[in-house]
Amino acid sequence: MDFGSISLVLLVASVMVSATPILLAAIGEMVVERSGVLNLGVEGMMITGAVVGFAVGVNTGSAWPGFAAAALASAVLSLTFGVLTQLFLSNQVATGLGLTLFGLGLSALIGKPYEGMKSPTLPKLDLGPLSDIPVLGRMVFSHDLMVYLSLALVAAVWAFLKFTRAGLILRAAGENHDAAHALGYKVVRIRLAAIAFGGACAGLGGAYLSLVRVPQWTEGMTAGAGWIALAIVVFASWRPWWVLVGAYLFGGVTVLQLNLQAAGAQVPVAILSASPYLVTILVLVVISARGVHGAPASLGRPFHASQ
Amino acid sequence: MITLEKRPQPSRTWTFLAPVAAVLLTMIVGGAMFALLGTDPVAAIRTIFWDPLFNPQFASYSRPQLLVKAGPLILIAIGLSLGFRAGVWNIGAEGQYIMGAICGAGAGLMFYPSESVLIFPLMILAGALGGWAWAMIPAFFKTRFGTNEILVSLMLVYVAESILASVSSGLLRNPEGRGFPGSRNFQQWDAGANRDLVAGTGMHWGVVAAFIAVILAYVLLTRHIQGFNIRLSGEAPRAARFSGVNPARVVIFCLGTAGALAGLAGLFEVSGPAGQISIDFNSGYGFTAIIVAFLGRLHPVGILLAGLLMALTYIGGELAQLMLSVPGASIQLFQGMLLFFLLGVDVFTNYRLRIGKREAA
Repeated sequence: MDFGSISLVLLVASVMVSATPILLAAIGEMVVERSGVLNLGVEGMMITGAVVGFAVGVNTGSAWPGFAAAALASAVLSLTFGVLTQLFLSNQVATGLGLTLFGLGLSALIGKPYEGMKSPTLPKLDLGPLSDIPVLGRMVFSHDLMVYLSLALVAAVWAFLKFTRAGLILRAAGENHDAAHALGYKVVRIRLAAIAFGGACAGLGGAYLSLVRVPQWTEGMTAGAGWIALAIVVFASWRPWWVLVGAYLFGGVTVLQLNLQAAGAQVPVAILSASPYLVTILVLVVISARGVHGAPASLGRPFHASQ
Repeated sequence: MITLEKRPQPSRTWTFLAPVAAVLLTMIVGGAMFALLGTDPVAAIRTIFWDPLFNPQFASYSRPQLLVKAGPLILIAIGLSLGFRAGVWNIGAEGQYIMGAICGAGAGLMFYPSESVLIFPLMILAGALGGWAWAMIPAFFKTRFGTNEILVSLMLVYVAESILASVSSGLLRNPEGRGFPGSRNFQQWDAGANRDLVAGTGMHWGVVAAFIAVILAYVLLTRHIQGFNIRLSGEAPRAARFSGVNPARVVIFCLGTAGALAGLAGLFEVSGPAGQISIDFNSGYGFTAIIVAFLGRLHPVGILLAGLLMALTYIGGELAQLMLSVPGASIQLFQGMLLFFLLGVDVFTNYRLRIGKREAA
């Protein structure tokens, strides 16, 4: 086994890249859950974003329209979930699952002609003097714009929830929808907006996967990333900065196991390739055993104004 | 202004009507989708829903396939429906299905090439145990620590898939397979084969097990206290606790049953239609069964019908792929759409549409 071939600088750099899709999806889902809605369709929205982003990227020859289209497509898709759960009052767990199954089918259908193609990708940013800092420069200051946008998004969501009036209203809808309704806030409208935002984020995450991280389209390529994003929200106890920690921790496990496989570690490949999922289970168990949850009080409960 | 008004009790008419309406809506919207893809929508719908059963050319092949495909779907969906009724969301049936198949096949292959009659029963037992044990992992964490069973059971699907990849090219690989991944073929080993009980009908032991599961589930839910407790836990968790129902036992019972049934389905599939453990013998039945459970209204008889219908879309889908070169993925989309429409239409079961001004509350 040759651990020497695993360079720390490259490791940290690739952790940031591999964590970005999950970070984007998880921060979006966190906002959705803070508004009191449990959308289990993250996987379906992510993979739809991945295929739409890839297709538009290939056809326009540039990655940015791909990202925009992915965000739009996944937001629209998430609104079908929104309409069903918020207006038709369907069961959120079942509808979320349906969204995932639907998204997987839809993406396989759209993506068939694009298999094996190459897409345009994002250029690495040149941050001038920052990128030239000896070690740190290559580790953290030599990525594409989306990596930094995802970090900025975490900060923006944190500030929005903590300091703005709209953020307070969104949290009110999530903690007690009856009280929010009694105060005259449009609970359903707030939640639909949150769902669309979560969808757009998941779409961006998916597009990052197919346009930058891999970059290719293969059927079912998200491979549970959307579900892991859901787990990260639980891990983070619905706090933005902990979502960041969770996503980077998970990105670290993914990259490490890939590096260990490549370095020929004396661990069965089955255990290594299952390790991201095993770690997720472990984290979920530890979090729940500690008993600190902090879940929004109205999470997953349907809201009907007549009640 | 159109408003929704909650019904005092769920409408019985809509309980039956909703799945039918959902199927019809799926046919209409699915037809539009096929038209967009450049296929004649009428021909596509007929190929999927009619030809497998009644076309003189294909029916003789595809009718038995109906049972072959419906068997595992029904078996898994029956188990899942118990949990869904109790508010226990096991969505990792695919993993339990895989582990059942691996354990059952492994138990049988240990005794290869024995021709003892005990081998097949042993495989069945091991298959059920494998699926049960895999489902006990989320059950244990749920009851001990309150860990979310949705995420744990789903993560275990991916773990099961990597175990499957590992054993099919390692532990269970056919030693006479010239190094190709995949286990020995059970169809060539009489003691371990799950063949048609009546040749050419598709009626194998897994289908028999599915029918038995339907009957037992029906009796459980309508005649047995445990079934009542399950329904109570889902519909009124607080009332259930006051009446002395132990929530942990309900979780363990529901996940355990679902796991064992999914494990059985996996074993019957691997020793019958699939024939061998291979890296991709599982075909997503564990996920499709979720749709079957909801389409069947979480009711055993409904699940039986929904399972047959869903099997029809699989077979019809393959036929449409062959005859009209419709992309295979469109069937998956079709099935997802069906669940979506069902959940949407279902609003009329619990709510009534009221057109006109809202009355003062």
